[in-house]
Amino acid sequence: MIKVRIPTPLRPLTKGQGEVETNAGSVVEMIEVLNSTHPGIKDRLCDETGELRRFVNIYVNEEDIRFLKGKDTSLKDGDEVSIVPAIAGG
Amino acid sequence: MDLTEQQIERYSRHIILQDVGGKGQLKLNKAKILLIGAGGLGSPAGLYLAAAGIGTIGLVDGDVVDLSNLQRQIMHSTATLGQPKVESGRKTLSAINPEITIKTYHQLVDAENILSLVSQYDIVLDGSDNFTTRFLVNDACFFAKKTLISASMFRFEGQLTTIKPHQGYPCYRCLYPEPPPAGLVPNCQEAGVLGVLAGTMGILQASEAIKEILDIGETIADKLLIYDALEMKFRKVGRPKDPACPLCGPNPKIKDLSLDYTVTCTI
Repeated sequence: MIKVRIPTPLRPLTKGQGEVETNAGSVVEMIEVLNSTHPGIKDRLCDETGELRRFVNIYVNEEDIRFLKGKDTSLKDGDEVSIVPAIAGG
Repeated sequence: MDLTEQQIERYSRHIILQDVGGKGQLKLNKAKILLIGAGGLGSPAGLYLAAAGIGTIGLVDGDVVDLSNLQRQIMHSTATLGQPKVESGRKTLSAINPEITIKTYHQLVDAENILSLVSQYDIVLDGSDNFTTRFLVNDACFFAKKTLISASMFRFEGQLTTIKPHQGYPCYRCLYPEPPPAGLVPNCQEAGVLGVLAGTMGILQASEAIKEILDIGETIADKLLIYDALEMKFRKVGRPKDPACPLCGPNPKIKDLSLDYTVTCTI
């Protein structure tokens, strides 16, 4: 199982849940799996071409996947994924 | 310049700290900190920075105090409704500590005025409420080589990091290369925010600013702190320097503040 931390702005898509569990071998697969159980989440994370949006970061065990293998970064059982969008409130 | 007897008493709980001492207190008394935004984050940060004896505090904000601000913007009060926030803030901070200088700028920051503003200060705290300002302030602090302590919040969640690319650390664009287009990420106060979250995040900013001035402790410049008030969790994630950063990378595309920084605020 992989734990995925859902940020506040995306929680309307997960019925308010701050954490969901999933099984996936890579980040790109995780996004597809999440989108099938929580429709709409892919659009929030990826642009029209399927690339990750530049104001949303995904961390696997506290490492930003942009500095790993991007959305092809592999996932294994026990990994913790965090989705962290830019927020601007002050 | 030495501390007066009254200052020694006022700052005695600092002075007896080994990591601060009289020398450290003098550093605080000489420091100049600019607060971008005298709202939710700027209020608690301002109160503690004034109490700590930061010699010069600049307040920039174009707004006036509104009743809906008072749920979290504790530098203001019912008595100052309708007044410019910078004026209301100046009164509050002066009442806490009449020894410090408070400079007020009742204006919005823009590409024309930001560089001259930040260049007059040692450290900048970003407590603004929109992406346009956040990217502009990041870029200006990069060009002016000023340390920027950035915090932001949304509903029950806050983020904090220190930005000092002039010391080899990543900038805000290394973390988030571009602002979101209108409508994709809610970024207005109207989205709602737990009032006390502003206190938590603003005070963390003040704490990091004081550590920068005193040059003590660990920096958060290579991490992003994420605070979830509902879960009562503080998490830190890595924040590396982006070799492809359009601002602080080796082949920068952004060489001045002539970009269009406007991001429409739509939920």
